[in-house]
Amino acid sequence: MPKAFFIDTSRCTACRGCQVACKEWHEHGVVPTLQRGTHQNPPELTPTNFKIVHFDEHKIDGRIHWLFFPEQCRHCVNPPCKDFGDMYVPGAVIQDEATGAVLYTEKSKELTPEQCKDIKELCPYLVPRRDEKTGMLTKCDMCIDRVQAGMQPACVKTCCTGAMNFGEREEMVALAHKSLEKVKKKHPQASLLDEDSVNVMYLVTQPRDKYFEHASRDIKPLSRQAFLQKIIEPVRRMAG
Amino acid sequence: MTQHWIDIKNANAILIMGSNAAEHHPISFKWVLKAQDDGATVIHVDPKFSRTSARCDLHVPLRSGTDIAFLGGMMKYIIEKNLFQKYYVENYTNAAFIVGDGFEFKDGMFSGFDPATKKYDQKKWAFAMDDKGLPKKDPTLKDPRCVFQLLKKQYDRYNLDDVSAITGVSKENLLKVYDAYAATGKPDKAGTMMYALGWTQHSVGVQNIRLGAMIQLMLGNIGVAGGGVNALRGEPNVQGSTDHAILWHIMPGYNNVPTTNWPTLEDYMKGNTPKSNDPKSVNWWGNRPKYVVSLLKAWFGDNATAENGFCYGLLPKVDPGVDYASMVLFDKMYKGKVRGGFIYGHNPAQSMPHTHKIRKALTMLDFLVVGEAHETETAAFWRQPGTDPKDVKTEVFLLPSCQRGEKDGTISNSGRWHMWHHKGYEPMGVSKPMGWMVVEIMKRVRDLYAREGGAFPEPIAKLDWYETYDPDLLAKKTNGWFTRDCTVGGKDYKKGDQVPSFPSLTADGSTVSLNWLYCGGYPAAGKNLSKRRDLSQDARAAKLGLFPNFSWCWPVNRRIIYNRASVDMNGKPFNPALPVIAWEGDKWVGDVPDGPAPPMAMEKGVYPFIMHTEGMGQLYGPGRVDGPFPEHYEPAETPVTSHPFSKQLSNPCIKIMDSDMDILAKPGDPKYPIVLTTYSMTEHWCGGGDTRNTPALLEAEPQLYVEMSQELGKEKGIKNGDPVIVESIRGKVEAIAMVTVRMTPLTVKGKTVHLIGMPFCFGWTTPGVGDATNRLTPSVGDPNTTIPEYKACLVDIRKADKVTELAR
Repeated sequence: MPKAFFIDTSRCTACRGCQVACKEWHEHGVVPTLQRGTHQNPPELTPTNFKIVHFDEHKIDGRIHWLFFPEQCRHCVNPPCKDFGDMYVPGAVIQDEATGAVLYTEKSKELTPEQCKDIKELCPYLVPRRDEKTGMLTKCDMCIDRVQAGMQPACVKTCCTGAMNFGEREEMVALAHKSLEKVKKKHPQASLLDEDSVNVMYLVTQPRDKYFEHASRDIKPLSRQAFLQKIIEPVRRMAG
Repeated sequence: MTQHWIDIKNANAILIMGSNAAEHHPISFKWVLKAQDDGATVIHVDPKFSRTSARCDLHVPLRSGTDIAFLGGMMKYIIEKNLFQKYYVENYTNAAFIVGDGFEFKDGMFSGFDPATKKYDQKKWAFAMDDKGLPKKDPTLKDPRCVFQLLKKQYDRYNLDDVSAITGVSKENLLKVYDAYAATGKPDKAGTMMYALGWTQHSVGVQNIRLGAMIQLMLGNIGVAGGGVNALRGEPNVQGSTDHAILWHIMPGYNNVPTTNWPTLEDYMKGNTPKSNDPKSVNWWGNRPKYVVSLLKAWFGDNATAENGFCYGLLPKVDPGVDYASMVLFDKMYKGKVRGGFIYGHNPAQSMPHTHKIRKALTMLDFLVVGEAHETETAAFWRQPGTDPKDVKTEVFLLPSCQRGEKDGTISNSGRWHMWHHKGYEPMGVSKPMGWMVVEIMKRVRDLYAREGGAFPEPIAKLDWYETYDPDLLAKKTNGWFTRDCTVGGKDYKKGDQVPSFPSLTADGSTVSLNWLYCGGYPAAGKNLSKRRDLSQDARAAKLGLFPNFSWCWPVNRRIIYNRASVDMNGKPFNPALPVIAWEGDKWVGDVPDGPAPPMAMEKGVYPFIMHTEGMGQLYGPGRVDGPFPEHYEPAETPVTSHPFSKQLSNPCIKIMDSDMDILAKPGDPKYPIVLTTYSMTEHWCGGGDTRNTPALLEAEPQLYVEMSQELGKEKGIKNGDPVIVESIRGKVEAIAMVTVRMTPLTVKGKTVHLIGMPFCFGWTTPGVGDATNRLTPSVGDPNTTIPEYKACLVDIRKADKVTELAR
């Protein structure tokens, strides 16, 4: 049975417990950061930050909206990174059958920096990052070691408000729909992002364009031509 | 907290004011959101739109330092619209008491003020007494001198126009909050107030909380599930530290510190043991002699006897009326009157107001011992920016302290739960628990006195000291044991038995207890209740979210205090759906009641507020030094030159340090037109000594920032991310501008007032993060507690051409 996350941003207080717990569990080092006029730091995912809480703020009709979005790999049902990984180095990207987790293996070191770049850019959410030190492609691994040991991912375990949820996909889908129904009473524009194609389902309270660019896959649909070119580019490069 | 964290879920309305609960107490929002799920209205009144506001139904920005005006308006609204819980107010508060002729209030001043000492003669505010020595009452609440009528008169001036003009809150928003919160005045509804340093850190801090509590009494919200006045206490055991008196004015268990007015134990007891002639008043502090003698026995052991006043004479006595608070201590240090001392787990060179002065004061010391997990700005003051170590005479010792996970011990959380924490791993390097440091240092001091003698050695020589630091032994002694075979309350005890609970403590020397409040938490050998992790509960407790078998809480495992006020005079719960306690047949069921006595209406029944001499909730509180009713006064530094409620601009009893460095901007100073408020954040703890040394946290919040409105940014030509200089009359600080829609300019008395906010956790020992925000704040304090006014002072802000304190 595939597993899934359900992330209810209407319950998120951006305490960043998930961001720090992720680092702690993976024993990740830190990246140097600077204050840039936002609480969001580091600015984006890195090889040592598989989870980043995004902060977006708006004043709409005199009302302030501060939107929090704990970003991570969506563990796509049909992951494009795996499709392309398989083309380059079979086994570099795998999908765990038991959990549906999309995982980058030691073999990803065999991917060239350019191939890694391709995989990143083909990700609808621009998630994968190449670790320049190890050469590995990196991202959220669903805390597969914890999950296989019957525990919850570190980010879910640490969340105290119920924003982060993890379980059987079926249960999470049900929870997502139940939550949406409730949240819609206060936030009529609330929606679930890409629920059918991902195993990390987000509930957001505002229209997608109020969030950062890669919150969902269809925010800026590519033209057919651009899409074809994007697909063909790595194939063309492989060929020659 | 009168309640505990989980109880927040039972509220119908939640007023978060003077607190940024979601950021500073993240776990609280587990329960706030549960209440919201069940339909509670969650309101945040705060200058800044924070992560708390983001999850609230309503955020209302107000000018920092105007909480009393805001709440005074609510009190007027509640009285005028008749929204108070009449039965509760009549029977459980002092609303009916007649105030004596000495009390007067005129143009912002209460009677009895002496301008020379800046103190009131509080005797002027006493109740009128009848021939039995009881306060006179008018149960109809009509007598013009009864508390209810005086209260009504006091807040009648707090009309919407004036409150709006001074707080900067629109009338519409005022009404929205008043309406939503006052709706909890119904017997079966409850509202909770969650506050923290945003209420306390003002020159009217105590009165901010008083007025909150008074509103809760009016609405019948104290003692009930989902109600209460809830001080959200900090992570490093703030609750435990006040219980055990890491404050100069009290001894453990909230007993006054001895003064020279009370040279003998007899004098102390006479001066501190209230009497009541009312048989229905429990007057719990009438038990004080038992607690103080047990404390003296714990300190001086067998040396403490009835004959020698249990060594009371060996305790240091403070001079009456003299303030020994930390702000005063550092003032004395600055003036060269302190030679040296110990600072444990505290970073005053970063977190005290006016840190320029604090940092200078430290250089006046001959020696300084700092116990810390990291080298902080305090420990490293001798090499601070602008200081040449060669010029510093102070000898500094840094004792490395281990972290909580490296030692056994207890903490007391906000809900008064006493919880044991187990050592998880060995301390790093040579670091040690701070308790070990105290025990070992004192052992050596005692040895020195034994070998060499010295002036007045007895207080040290006669201490019942410890061979080694043993947390379990201290936990046992905190509860207390019997010093001899004896019979108490008809039960026989053997010497060395643990005291089962504080009603068994005695004033004759047969018991020791380091803190009576905690007596009952370790009631028998091997029975340390702070270690309990049992989640079992009955159906009633499950509904309330009560876990009576998990840890232990003071007093006597009572999870909601003043719970006798949750039932009517016959013991029937005001809210039958969520009973805290109930009188069923001939006994109480539910939480541990405030004493075993039957309901108030019965012959042996008692009043609900057992800690007050008169047994009633104090709408009128003559015990506070700055007035029996909270009154609006401006902060010491204010952008206005007058306010609508009186001619008295600031708190007449305000504590202001008077050294040459202690300068204040004048009211409405055009050079410093902006209000600064300072705060903490989720990622960093207090002065930041620990968290700046925790890489993942510093990565998330790396540098000092200042949150400001887009309007102010435009006015000052400052863009988001620009380096800026914030300047007060006392100093300047570099920060990165966070220009945000979350800060709102306020209209105060018809003019725009800008507010900016800065965290205070960044200091120079962490390179490139910025340095102390408290270089801006003034050494000004509340007259009751001398807590500094960190939350409101005056500054200006400008774009910086270059910065030296911040890495770019």
